[in-house]
Amino acid sequence: MWPHRRVVELVTDELIPVRVHVRDHADEFRRLGDRYDARWTPMILVLDSSGEERHRVEGFLPVDELVPQLEFGLGRVAFSRGDFEDAERRFRQIVEDAPASDVAPEALYWAGVARYKSTDDAEALKATASAFHDRYQETTWAKKASVWD
Amino acid sequence: MEIRWSHDFDRELERAREAGKPILLDFSAAPM
Repeated sequence: MWPHRRVVELVTDELIPVRVHVRDHADEFRRLGDRYDARWTPMILVLDSSGEERHRVEGFLPVDELVPQLEFGLGRVAFSRGDFEDAERRFRQIVEDAPASDVAPEALYWAGVARYKSTDDAEALKATASAFHDRYQETTWAKKASVWD
Repeated sequence: MEIRWSHDFDRELERAREAGKPILLDFSAAPM
């Protein structure tokens, strides 16, 4: 999955890639595994620039799922630094570009939260609940958004 | 076209702090 062009472009443009290998970097694997509670491979973490974990993917994913997961991690990084407009843009892009991906419903939820945080307008939450009427109805995220109806 | 992985986490964390850029940390067991 890593040599795929979309993955390479995204990682190269937006992230600093660091790999620790269970055997080739055994000491580092143990040290960072303890620090981030990483007990299984493959596992990827998106860390913000201070090293705080913002998103984790445990286990293999095909490219069509991995790319939106990486985008989602970047959205969470933006959200955590309080850049809610950037976070919303990233979350909405996932829903638009990868609507069938597993992370899309979660992205739709957080897009609404990010809009609310940037505008302080509760209509953003209501609109998000409404959006879940049309899609992803069987997901946890639709249930979570239903309180905003 | 490949990702140029670093294996020096501490150095890259310092670079991330300076650049304000997030890190992708990959825990792997795949053949290198």
